[in-house]
Amino acid sequence: MISILGSGVAGLCAATALMDAGVEVEVICPDTAPAPASRLAGGMLAPFCEGESAPDIIVTRGQAAIAWWAAHVDVTRHGTLVVAPPRDAQELDRFARATRAHRWVTPNALEPDLEDRFARGLYFENEAHLDPNAALTALKHRLLAQGVVFRDGAPQGRIVDCRGMSATETLPDLRGVRGEMLEVYTPEVTLSRPVRLLHPRFPCYIVPRGEGRFMIGATMVESSRSGPITARAAMELLSAAYSLHPAFAEAEIIMTGADLRPSFPDNIPALRRKDTGFHINGMYRHGFLMAPVLGMDLAGLLTQESADAH
Amino acid sequence: MFYGTELKNRLLLGTAQYPSPDILRAAIAASGTEVITVSLRREGAGGAGFRDILKDSGCRILPNTAGCHSAREAVTTAQMASEVFGTNWIKLEVIGHADTLQPDPFALVEAARILCADGFEVFPYTTEDLILGEKLIEAGCRVLMPWGAPIGSGQGLRNIEGLKSMRAHFPDVPLVIDAGIGAPSQAAQAMEMGFDAILLNTAVAKALDPVAMAEAFSRAVDAGRQAYDAGLMPRRDMAEASTPVFGMAELLA
Repeated sequence: MISILGSGVAGLCAATALMDAGVEVEVICPDTAPAPASRLAGGMLAPFCEGESAPDIIVTRGQAAIAWWAAHVDVTRHGTLVVAPPRDAQELDRFARATRAHRWVTPNALEPDLEDRFARGLYFENEAHLDPNAALTALKHRLLAQGVVFRDGAPQGRIVDCRGMSATETLPDLRGVRGEMLEVYTPEVTLSRPVRLLHPRFPCYIVPRGEGRFMIGATMVESSRSGPITARAAMELLSAAYSLHPAFAEAEIIMTGADLRPSFPDNIPALRRKDTGFHINGMYRHGFLMAPVLGMDLAGLLTQESADAH
Repeated sequence: MFYGTELKNRLLLGTAQYPSPDILRAAIAASGTEVITVSLRREGAGGAGFRDILKDSGCRILPNTAGCHSAREAVTTAQMASEVFGTNWIKLEVIGHADTLQPDPFALVEAARILCADGFEVFPYTTEDLILGEKLIEAGCRVLMPWGAPIGSGQGLRNIEGLKSMRAHFPDVPLVIDAGIGAPSQAAQAMEMGFDAILLNTAVAKALDPVAMAEAFSRAVDAGRQAYDAGLMPRRDMAEASTPVFGMAELLA
């Protein structure tokens, strides 16, 4: 028996990957545990775009996430569009140099609502996105249907600690990187894929969530303050959204969120051994991209161990 | 050089926008920089995790007031910085406009007066304006940090004649080119002009390989300084043969 601590994206992916591999699990998730940071994620499965600042391991290993998620939950495979305001057009050239698997497009050919505000854009055809909350709920229901117990109390089996920032006391090199986001509603804008707006100071992305809902994210602040979104963050994100499409000015703000991304010093999510158990943590901004990969790594280790034991 | 502190390395690095703290650490090591700047306004008291990593770098920390738009905000941030980092050094930045990020000279002098009187050693981010420089010296600053170009613009030295005048006008004041440097050649140019040091952030942090770029800048700053010390030849309008004319073989004699 494996006891997964935590039911955010790291915990649920680990539990699912282990069950897929035939390893029995339980999930320990006290009612008093803080809500997982992954509830506020963008839900972009964008390994190539992330390569702009992330090391190559995220790009190469993260690609597996798309097929994994598609095998378990609803995933939209419409790629990612990257644009820049006219006066920052050179940011696109830099982005193109720093990434791969893209091609130049006329943005309104993919997203007619962008009209002629952007002369050119980068299209990352092989990327995808999902709705984080819907995906996490679907994983949980799937696990429940397979008979996995979600409960409070003492773990019965070997521990796989996926508690994010709550594991700080046993992971001294874990720090929080604050992220802030908004969700808005407007029936006036239609986007069929995540759009990233490059801006030297206020980069942002907009992820369509369907039925007029859009997630606008996200700030990256080296701070462990977990309070509500700041006025500055809201202004920056909203003004970036407005520059993407003026109709966002009339959108209703239906939700705001702020939380901490658990991060290791290299900003790479990791599976680590700890005593007889494991940690999966440091998801940083790559939770949905890397949690399936680390879950499968763990499943591989455990099945190998049990094969060796026989 | 700076308030009684001598530095071997004349490159000062900002710490924002790196892909990860590990890469930041490696860039600091590759550049050999001895002073790093850190912002506080936005991160607030909660930035301890990141700041501990910076403290571990062994560099001297120059906290900055980036993101402050008024003298009062800057003074409060400076006071908080001195508590957090236990230093009386402060890079004083008071922004006048969100688009150009250019200094607000009036608020800058006001904040400099307050902070110098309060025992801070102030490094003001300023323009190449000579009178503004004098007012800052009068306020108690012993270092001036003129911009090369707007923050993050990578345009290099936008007003070379103005910066030359500033160097000539303040022969005994340490001058650091702060902001606007995008390429090592621009850093070398500033050092050749006799500036004492270069402070930059984006050009390294947003390079495709920040660690290699940090080293490139470090070499350029060294080269520029060495050239300045060695004495650059004057520019001439006409060619002047480097091979002497006398003593040539007279082949037809």
